[in-house]
Amino acid sequence: MPVDVRLPTVLRQHAGGQASVKANGGTVGEVFGDLLRQFPLLQGQLVTDDGGIHKFINVYRNDDDVRYLEKLDTKVSDDDVISILPAVAGG
Amino acid sequence: MLRLTDAIYTDVVAHALDGLPNEACGLIAAAPGSSKVERLYRCGNAAASSRLYELDPLDHLKADRDAEARGLEIVGVYHSHTHTDAYPSPTDVAQAPDPNWHYLVVSLKEPEPVVRSYRIVEGTIEEEPLELDRK
Repeated sequence: MPVDVRLPTVLRQHAGGQASVKANGGTVGEVFGDLLRQFPLLQGQLVTDDGGIHKFINVYRNDDDVRYLEKLDTKVSDDDVISILPAVAGG
Repeated sequence: MLRLTDAIYTDVVAHALDGLPNEACGLIAAAPGSSKVERLYRCGNAAASSRLYELDPLDHLKADRDAEARGLEIVGVYHSHTHTDAYPSPTDVAQAPDPNWHYLVVSLKEPEPVVRSYRIVEGTIEEEPLELDRK
């Protein structure tokens, strides 16, 4: 069963303009892998070359920031919603 | 151009003052396609610093959901500069997350707070008019 993935406005242009897409996977990393297969333009926007979550985004499983769970290994099940938002920071 | 009601303008400045000695930050929301800010979301500064801000990620998620439930969208971010001018710093430009956003900066350098709004697109800063809606 696919899960819903909610995309921030800046990434929607790489996913056919959609705010919410469906992707398959048992972990956040697998869901991201499926997203990249569906939307190759997202390459480089979600994960870094060394396989971590890109520092310019925050990723949530429902109400939890996955950085405080198991990052890309965070388990995902059917009813979960994965949200991606830009990391907002400055000086 | 960005339009703020008096109440929202006052809240931005009040949050900047409340946040001292650290920088304060939050999000603004408007109806899709509108430049009139309808709602302000105070967020925590996870960096807890007088020189940097990092919008608390969970506060961001809550604000995003609340805005969506109200038919609004997040259209920008505000933050304070405790000791420098109301102009985006190199860090602000390097980390600007969305070219469609409005970037409000509140300077507390002088006794009277100064609020200015900018667009930041591909590293280029452009100030935009800030209109106060007295209604």
